[in-house]
Order: sequence, then C-alpha cells, then structure tokens
Amino acid sequence: MKNLFQKLFVYFDSRLMLSSIGELAKKKKVPEHKHSFWYYFGGICLFLFFIQVITGVLLLLYYKPTMDSAYESIQFIMSQVKFGWLIRSVHSWTANILIGVIFIHMFSAFFMKAYRPPRDLTWITGFFLLLIFMAFGFSGYLLPWNELSFFATRVGTDITGTLPLIGKAIKSFVLGGPDVSGATITRFFWLHVAILPLFTVILLGVHILLVQILGMSKPIGLSEKKVKEVPFFPNFILKDALGWMLILTLIGVLCVFFPWELGKKADIFATTPLGIKPEWYFTFMFTTLKIVPAHVLFLEGEILAIFGFMIGGLIWMLVPYLDRRSGKEIKSPGFSLFGLIILLYIVVMTALTYLHPNL
Amino acid sequence: MKKRYKKNILFELCVYLSFIFILHPNALADGCVDCHREMDEGLKAPAEAFQMDVHQKYGLSCTTCHGGDPGQEDIDLAKDDSFKGAPLRKDIPKFCGSCHSDSLYMRRYNPNLRVDQLELYWTSQHGQLLSKGDTKVAVCTDCHGAHGILESSHPKSLSFPWNIPDMCGKCHSDKEYMKGYSISVTQIEDYKQSVHAHALFEKKDLSAPVCNDCHGNHGAIPPEVSSIAFVCRQCHPSAGELFSESPHKAAYDELEISECEACHGNHKILPPSDEMLGTGEGAVCIECHDSDSEAYAVAATIKQKLDSFKSKMQDAEDKLERADRQGVEVSEVKFRLQEAHTILIQVRNLTHSFSLDRIEEKIEEGQGVIEEVAEAGEAALREAKFRKRGLIVATLFIFLLALALLLKIRQIEKQSPQ
Amino acid sequence: MKRKSFINLFLGGSLVGAIASLLYPVIRYLIPPQQSATDVKSIAAAKNGELAPNTSKLFKFGSTPGILVNTMEGELRAFVAICTHLTCTVVYEADSEILFCPCHNGRFDTNGNVISGPPPAPLEALDVKIVGEDIIVSRKA
Repeated sequence: MKNLFQKLFVYFDSRLMLSSIGELAKKKKVPEHKHSFWYYFGGICLFLFFIQVITGVLLLLYYKPTMDSAYESIQFIMSQVKFGWLIRSVHSWTANILIGVIFIHMFSAFFMKAYRPPRDLTWITGFFLLLIFMAFGFSGYLLPWNELSFFATRVGTDITGTLPLIGKAIKSFVLGGPDVSGATITRFFWLHVAILPLFTVILLGVHILLVQILGMSKPIGLSEKKVKEVPFFPNFILKDALGWMLILTLIGVLCVFFPWELGKKADIFATTPLGIKPEWYFTFMFTTLKIVPAHVLFLEGEILAIFGFMIGGLIWMLVPYLDRRSGKEIKSPGFSLFGLIILLYIVVMTALTYLHPNL
Repeated sequence: MKKRYKKNILFELCVYLSFIFILHPNALADGCVDCHREMDEGLKAPAEAFQMDVHQKYGLSCTTCHGGDPGQEDIDLAKDDSFKGAPLRKDIPKFCGSCHSDSLYMRRYNPNLRVDQLELYWTSQHGQLLSKGDTKVAVCTDCHGAHGILESSHPKSLSFPWNIPDMCGKCHSDKEYMKGYSISVTQIEDYKQSVHAHALFEKKDLSAPVCNDCHGNHGAIPPEVSSIAFVCRQCHPSAGELFSESPHKAAYDELEISECEACHGNHKILPPSDEMLGTGEGAVCIECHDSDSEAYAVAATIKQKLDSFKSKMQDAEDKLERADRQGVEVSEVKFRLQEAHTILIQVRNLTHSFSLDRIEEKIEEGQGVIEEVAEAGEAALREAKFRKRGLIVATLFIFLLALALLLKIRQIEKQSPQ
Repeated sequence: MKRKSFINLFLGGSLVGAIASLLYPVIRYLIPPQQSATDVKSIAAAKNGELAPNTSKLFKFGSTPGILVNTMEGELRAFVAICTHLTCTVVYEADSEILFCPCHNGRFDTNGNVISGPPPAPLEALDVKIVGEDIIVSRKA
C-alpha cells in the first residue's frame, strides 16, 4: 500500500514539482496572538464557497431555468429526487451563511488593519468579491421563481432604475427587458452559473495567491515583537478543518429542522403583496431608502441615498490609501471608529427592517 | 356701399346663430336647466341630477317628459299648453310607461330593452295596491330615481345588485312605514346575515341572488309555496333534481310545505352545516320524523357515515400537515386531497336525495382517495424520521472526525513546542 | 509510537466515514428518480384507450388540476378543471354529458362553454394529441 502511494507520488512529483510546492508549504507560518481567531474566517469563506459550487453543480442537473418550469423543477427536486431536499436546502442556507461570514471576514480584516500596504490589493480584490457574492445572492434568489423572490427582484431592480441617466439602461440589461419576466430568469441564470463564477475564480485566485505570497497580516504593534508562529501545515489547517466540521454540523441541523421553503409560484400579473423585502444582506440599504425623506433640498431622496452608498463603497474600498497612519505601522483609532460606525449602521438598519417592518 | 355690406353680414350672422339655437336639441333643454340651476335646492336638484341621467345620454330632455317651452324665460310662458309638470304618485307608472311600454318608440333608442315592465307591475303586489288607491307602495321612481336615473348595470344605480337590499329596505325595514301591512319588517336584516348576502357584499359575487332574483323585478310578489322551489332551483338545480327524485317531494307537496324553505329558510339562508343532518341537536330531520321511524334510522346512518368520512379525511390531512411542518414536500399529495374535498361536496349535495345507497356509493369513492392520501402522508412522516436519523448518523461521523482532528492537533503541538 | 499510529488510524478512519456519509446522499441524488419531472407545458395525461367513451380522468397539469374527457362520440377533450366561478374542481357527469361544478352547480358543456349557473367564463381548453401510446395534453399555443 505504502509502496503504491510512493510510486504515485514520484510520478506526479516529477511532472508537477510537488516536492518544491511542498517545501514552500512547509515554510508557510501563521502568527498566533490573541486576535488570531479571526484568521479562520477566510478559510471558512472558502470552504462554504466549495460547498456552494458542489451543491450548485448538483442542482444544475435537475433545475430548469424557464418561467414555466423553474418552480416545478425545484418542487421536483424537493419531493421526488432522493436527497434533493438536502442538496437544495444546503445550497440556500450556505448562501446566507457564506455572505454573513464574508462580512465577518471583511470587518475583522478592517479592524485589524490588514488592508494596509502591501495588502491593499488583497483588500480591493476582497471588496469586489463581496460585491460578486452579493450578486450571486441576488441572482440566485430569483431562480426558484416564487412569489417572494419575484417581487423582491422587481423592487430591487426598480431601485436601480431610478439612477439618473444610466438607471434605465442598467435595469433593462439586468432584466433582459423592461420588467421581470422569463427573459430575466435566463439572464440571472447566465449570471449565476457562468459570469459570476468566472469572475470569482479569477478574483479569488488572485486574492488567495496574494495571501500565500504576502503571508498573514499581524495587528499593528505586534509586528515589531517576535510573535509566536505556527506552521500552516499541519497545525493551522487541522484547526481550520475542525472549524469546518462544526459548520458542517450546523448546516446539517438547519437543513433537517428548517428546510428551505418552496413558497408560492410567482404570478407575473399579481399585485405586489405587502411587506416585500429583499434578502437580509440587502435590508440595510433597503431600510435606508425607506427612511430617507422623499426630497433633500432639490435632490430626490432615493437617488441621494443610492449615491451615498456608491460613494460610501468607494471610500470603503480605498481605505488602504486613506488610512496613512496604519500604512506607517501607527495605530489609527480614527479609522477603527469609522469602521465601528459603519458596522453599527449596518446592524441597526438590518435589525430595524425586521423589528419595524411598517416604516 | 361698405356700410351696407357690413350690416348684411351682421344680419346673416344673427340668423345663423338663431338657427343653431333653435335646431340644437340641447340648446332647447338648456333653457329649462339654465333657469332651474339658479333656483332653490328643491327645484335645482332635478336640473343637476339630470346631467348624469341615462335619458340625457340618448338625447332626451326635460321637455320629452314634462313638455313646456324651453325657449321662454318667463315662467308662465314656459309652462305652455304642452306642459305636464310633475306627475302625481299614482300616475307615475303610467307616466313612465307612456314611453317604456311603447315598443315602436323604445326600438329607436335601445331595441334590447324590455317593454313589459308596466304590464308586470300591475300584477305585482305594489301595482295591485296602487290601483286600489294606496300610494305608499313603491312606484317607478322609488327604485329607479326620478332625474339622475342610471342603467341598472351601473354600480351607482339604485337598482344595481348590491344596492337593491337597502333600496327595498327603505320601506320594508321601516316599522312605522309598514304599519298596516301584514308583513314582517325583518327580511332585509335577515337577508344581510345570509350566505347570499355574504357572497354579494364580501366576495363581490354579482351572481348571488338579491331581492328581485327571487321576488321578481317589476312583477314583485312573494313566491307561493309551490313556486319557491323553482326560484331556488334556478341556481341550485342539482339539489332540486335530487330532491324531486326523493320521497320528500311527494310528501311536501301533499302537506303543502315549501320545499327548500322548510330546512334552509327564506331570507336568512345560512351556510348549511353538517349538524342539520341526522338526529342530534340542530338537525332538521327530527322536526318531522319520530325516533321510532325508518326515516329516523336512515338519517342517523347518513350522518354517521358522513362524520366518519370527514374524520378519516381530517386524519389524512393532519398527517400531511405534520409532515409539511417537518419540512417534507407534500404539495403533490395535497393536490390529491383536493379531490377528496370535491367528493365531500358532492356527498353533501347528495343528501338532498335522502338515498342512503347513493350517498354510500359516493363515500366509497372518496374513501379510496383518502386511503391513497393517508398512505402518502405516512410515507412523508417516515421520510421526516429518516432525515433526522440520517442527520444523527452524519453528525456522529463528523464529530468523530472532529475529535480525531483535536487529538491530532494536540499531538502535533506537544511534539513541536514553539 | 502506538498512540501516534492510533491517532492516525482514528483520523483516517473517521475521515473515510465522514466522507462516506457526505457522499452517500450525493450519489443517491444523481440516480434518476422514477417519476419524470412534471413539465407544465405538456404532460402525458393517460394512455391511449385507457378512457372509455363518456368517461373522464382528472390529472395534474403542473400545479393545476386538469380533466381529460372522452365524449360519447369518442372525441378526446381536455380542460383546466378549475371552475371559473370560485375555483372549485369540476367533475364530469356521464348521464348528462356535462362538466359540473358541485360547489354552486355551475354547468359546462363538453366544449367548456357555460350552460347554466354562476360561472362567468368558459373553462380553459387544452390541446389534446395522441403521440404513440400516450395522450399528451398541452397548453394552447
């Protein structure tokens, strides 16, 4: 048995230079300090992404991306296909957990100032990955073609349409027409299984490569002292795997006791039911738009809010260049405060959506 | 030369203008309306209301009914020999009928309209009493209005289905007004509690019956005992046919009991409940049948069979609900259950035949469906159990792996202290 | 040493077990299910010859009930079995050769047109085609 493994190793090593990669891997070290708990979240994002790819590919086998068959195909998966309920529920639950973990990963990197150069590119690719995964969520949500997702999509794209000049064009491109229709399912499906995965592979590849090349960032102040470092292989990865096992169990429990609902099939001629809201990770923006007054000076409130988000996002993305102090390895509590305000804003707005739905 | 030319133009203009005024029909009508608009409330109202009137749409005017000369500004000159004024209450039917019973005249405006309303009216209770001199009864204007008359198909019309109960109720619910007539004043109130009123007012189902559907439009008269069944059968033919085939038909005819009304009432027709069947409290069967009669036994059996069918259906439904709550997809099975519901409706309808055989046959059919559903429900519950067991197994393996990882981590950390 | 190899064995064994418990559902998922997916556009409602003249069959058309009728003259007709009055399911009455809604006695002829009762509109008709052994019912184009 051992002989066989050795022979196989020699075969692949001579072609793929596995031993040299192995040498590099052995050298990879992870600093251990009181905040190193947050290092796990990147790996968790990756693990959850793999789960999404696998369950997504499996769902592709039975899902039909047309207005007439989408809902029925999901119903078929949930009731007739063996373990179809499990694959589908895992995909839906993991999507939400993944986006939550991405936020945790992003904020922990922010507060640890891991964005400071030379890791600014890691931060920027990460920011785009956040946008891509939110787009994954938005496009995937429509695919079961049920009442909630149909109207949430309509409301969401209506908001996009309000942007001056480019709004209508963007909305039309995204929807494949003037309104949410059969063409929209096809387009969202195209985005969800082809375009977004393509960009993810590229950006994620760059993101992970950068982490490998540059190593893990240490909090400011610690980089001077000699910090305890553990090897990535096998110490850190085993702990990583332990975390993954716990998450896997959590997903299993959620899927068995709270399987994802089918809902009612969308009727494009029906009137919008009350209380339509998007998935939770969009609700902070949604509620902001609801609260903003209709007019601020001479500007329309909604458009002002949308521009606010765009500018806010831009600032967030460019933080590595704005936070000069951290770039010089000096603590920047001002930016920590800024990050805290943004975090609280998101949390409060999200909570408000559910606690006071009738704003 | 030029001055004369101008004068001629002016003169011709005046002639043309006066022709316009003389020939244009509305210009004629405007004469009446213009004056009446300036008057007090009582005389102003007809002129205002007439703007919406259906007669106005057809090009008719004040003078068409009231005569007079609209071109005159002076009141006395306007009320010339042709002026008819407002008719007396007792003359209103003849007044309206002077056009509406004339088929040649009505054909010019709307050939679809009936022309027998006046004829029918005289056969109605209202018409008969009016011809005897009672002017308290309803005449045309009470139900259709006088000047703002709308087509009955217009939702704001007094004779639009959901306005009819209150319109009839204006008199028929007024205790003071109805003193001296030997009929009750609770019909409208009773009707409003009925299933027909619910369908009309809540569900906006315009096919639901209102007063005129059972009592007639212009020939309004309470249906007699023998004819009330025909009234109900217009919309409930199946129940009626089954009843006619049953032993009750002959019995009711002989005893002169009104068919549907005996069990279901006339105005306060409530949604029938299964408690009306059988021999328990609230059952209608025991109102006639003694406890030692064969009919009593049949009634009891029918009720018992229906109850057992319903409880089996409920059991199957409960199973599905439980499985659904546990996350198992049962929408296809629920579809099959719908068939059982349809059969239940058919069984309930069959009670009008009072035939135990026919009812049992239908219930048998339904049992088959329910058995299928119950089986599927059981399977769904088994699936729910299987999922939980599967989760435990998988979690066990994952925990073992986690434990193994933990041990391995400890071992490695002990080996290479850093 | 023994402890180390035990831990390795334990790790390897539990890894295999965990992977197996994850792989099992995936493999079963990939095996095609017995009942083919119900397509809303068209469905094999019955087998050719299954229905005698003057009989009917209720079938599932996507998520709506459908009714396939073989008329007395032997002609196959199909409709969406939802009554246009208050959405109860219609049934076929062989003695009177009509489609009947038991809720408020709505009656439709075998062309789906309303004969009597409260329904405001005719039943939605579906296309019927015989393809080989099956009677295929599909939405009208």
